[in-house]
Amino acid sequence: MSEPVLSIRNVTVDIPTRHGLFQPVRNVSYDIRPGEIRGVVGESGAGKSMTGNAVIGLLDPPARISEGEVWLNGRRIDDLDAEEKRAIRGKEIAMIFQDPLTSLNPLFTVGEQLVETIQLHLGLSAADAKKRAIELLDRVRIPNPEERFDQYPHQFSGGMRQRVVIALALCSEPSVIVADEPTTALDVSIQAQVLDLIKELARERQVGVILVTHDMGVIADTTDQVTVMYSGEVVEQGTTGQILGAPSHEYTKSLIAAVPRPQVKLKRFPQVSYGGRETTFKIEDLARNWTATQKSESGTLLKVDGLTKKFLSKGSLIPSRREYFTAVDNVSFDIKDGEVFGVVGESGSGKSTVARMIATLYDVDGGSASFDGQDITKLDKEGVSAYRRQIQMIFQDPYSSLNPRMKVGDIVTEPLLHHRLLPSGEVKPRVRELLDRVGLASDAHNKYPHEFSGGQRQRISIARALATQPRFLICDEPTSALDVSIQAQILNILKDLQEHLGLTMLFISHDLPVVRQMCDRVGVMRHGKLVEVAETSELFEAPKDPYTRELLSLMPKLEALSDEELKAQNLA
Amino acid sequence: MRRFLDSDLFYSFRTSPVAVVSFIVAALLVLSAVFAPLVAPTNPFDPASLNLMNGFTAPMAPNDFTGESFFMGTDDQGRDVFSTILYGMRISLFVGFAAVLFAMVLGIFLGLLSGYVGGWTETIIMRAADVQLTFPSILVAMLIFGVAKGITPVEYRDQMAIWVLILAIGLSDWVQFARVVRGATLVEKSKDYVAAARLIGRSPLTIMLRHIMPNVLSPVLVIATISLALAIIAEATLSFLGVGAPPTQPSLGTLIRIGQGFLFSGEWWILLFPAATLLMLALSVNLLGDWLRDALNPRLK
Repeated sequence: MSEPVLSIRNVTVDIPTRHGLFQPVRNVSYDIRPGEIRGVVGESGAGKSMTGNAVIGLLDPPARISEGEVWLNGRRIDDLDAEEKRAIRGKEIAMIFQDPLTSLNPLFTVGEQLVETIQLHLGLSAADAKKRAIELLDRVRIPNPEERFDQYPHQFSGGMRQRVVIALALCSEPSVIVADEPTTALDVSIQAQVLDLIKELARERQVGVILVTHDMGVIADTTDQVTVMYSGEVVEQGTTGQILGAPSHEYTKSLIAAVPRPQVKLKRFPQVSYGGRETTFKIEDLARNWTATQKSESGTLLKVDGLTKKFLSKGSLIPSRREYFTAVDNVSFDIKDGEVFGVVGESGSGKSTVARMIATLYDVDGGSASFDGQDITKLDKEGVSAYRRQIQMIFQDPYSSLNPRMKVGDIVTEPLLHHRLLPSGEVKPRVRELLDRVGLASDAHNKYPHEFSGGQRQRISIARALATQPRFLICDEPTSALDVSIQAQILNILKDLQEHLGLTMLFISHDLPVVRQMCDRVGVMRHGKLVEVAETSELFEAPKDPYTRELLSLMPKLEALSDEELKAQNLA
Repeated sequence: MRRFLDSDLFYSFRTSPVAVVSFIVAALLVLSAVFAPLVAPTNPFDPASLNLMNGFTAPMAPNDFTGESFFMGTDDQGRDVFSTILYGMRISLFVGFAAVLFAMVLGIFLGLLSGYVGGWTETIIMRAADVQLTFPSILVAMLIFGVAKGITPVEYRDQMAIWVLILAIGLSDWVQFARVVRGATLVEKSKDYVAAARLIGRSPLTIMLRHIMPNVLSPVLVIATISLALAIIAEATLSFLGVGAPPTQPSLGTLIRIGQGFLFSGEWWILLFPAATLLMLALSVNLLGDWLRDALNPRLK
């Protein structure tokens, strides 16, 4: 085996705070060999990005490496001064960041940025540098590189921009690239292309790559070696096949077990708890108090017919001069009573817009939607209020969906008081009961949202949504901002709710395996149109539309993952 | 209280010498103005206590006729300058606080309304704000003051003067509150907790006041502090120009106007001490505002 290009030995990072010393990274060691891709995986806050930043000397003071050594090509680099570190950074170690929007300067053309970097690191003449830049653009498979050379970053799409960032990283012919969540902001189809490109370039140029990610699918698809981190420490490392196929550490096992699989639908997500984070959820008690389980007469709760939404893209005083962008184009589907209906699609496909129109948060520009036989696009003020009581929504971002200045108790109380659902004496006990039912501690009602983690906040959102005892729940990407083990918990809560309370759900997601686990029927959206609606198993096993087939083929391959835990859970 | 002492804001305050010193100075000035009747050696507005023979006494020196000595000297009428400053500061601070409060309430409400409702409401409010900004604020204040003076009966003029001042300064100051609140409201409006409140069925007014307002208040707090210093200065300017507080209820600005008449005849103290007080008050409040802006700005953390 060849010598490692980068070697991290027992690195510990200290951040002194006024509450004492905080060590986000403790005693982390790993090596990267030329042409090898090492995945660093773990949940948010595990210290994986912090390790990457420590290696390239990008720690923000007062954070510093307190112990350990970093060796690059046989030279120790962690004790160099800032000026020498700067010389190494970009030349020998390059970086690819998560957000391709912010890592390019919007005021310079793509070509100027490439040429500047090439000249800085390789000292070529302007003409040679330009030639090389065009070569690089061509290498990262940007069509018409000569033409694209003179364009600005905003003229590139997200995936194209990330390719430019990769080209920038390759400018100086580095020996190591640190890629920090390089595809998290991208759609699946683009993610697959970018990952393929990284894989190919690593082989071809013998570059060592550190790939920091939270996504097990990316790890399984791309990496050779894996390091699993948990709360600042390495819990397990080895080859990808070995870690994913036969994990030995409890944490790795729980992490792998929580990854939703597309192959088979499970009754519940297996939950292997680690670090005492398991919380209980008492669904049966909630069901006993549930009074509003009425059924619609026809069996169809929601009927959407030709729904259309246009957004103004160019305003004008004269109506005929205005230009519109059609976000949702003639979408029709039915949701039966007690059914979970999924909508999948890439970003910008209009799936959230559909949800918001059904929730009456957006006005409808065409078509109709009827709830229990009543057209919701033609409701008067009282009608809207009565309708909104029967539907509730769970939002994607748990950080913006709760008012930061309101106590959790008040947040859950608000719908009860507004609709005067209970006599005033019963409100408080009911709120505590709701919070208790979603597995929050008894003193939760007196705290503010910022004192809770993302998963706990999502539970608060669920408690608020349940307060009005709705018949219909709209979930707009409820778990895409959460770590995989928390996602499993939240999805289990939603599954339980659906089962015990007979809730009808509209479940929106871009994540196909999650949809497979949650939904009875699925609609696939693309560019505002619904291209296919089918039973979930049918859609996954025999997709009809070419776009659906393409989406399915781009799903990360998870066959490498151990299914030992899954089997144990399912047999039990 | 313990939560406040443990908060990041208090920590940032404790570790900033500028903030601590300006807070102490501002607090001393405000407290001595509030408790002026207890602190001041004489009541300068009680004609019975005045002795014309004490006129033009230099600071810390005995008067030629009466032998009395005054900490900061006396003015032409024999009033103790120190006492007039304390009483004058009361007027200045009252006008400053009230004007900022008025501007804040008006600005927050109009800002919330234009940010949340949008459309024509927003266009009308924000265009009015733009027009307002094209006039120098002192000019606006003088205009309002002049109009108010014209329509109030003579016998009420002196009583009304203070309230007209508050109205005039407040009306010339609401624009910046409205602009900041509108901007912050546009950001908050797109967050999901507002959508959740709409789904519950809350009315737009409740959403604006109960959900959005508490979340846009921190920048308002910063502007309010800086505005307070500006309002005190604006009041002093108006009073200096003779359109503010009447001589029977002199504010710091009125005192400076009275004092500048004696500057070139050698009675420097009648001008210097009120001016120095105004400077300390405005500077300490301004520095506090600057610190607050930095402390509440997450980008600088």
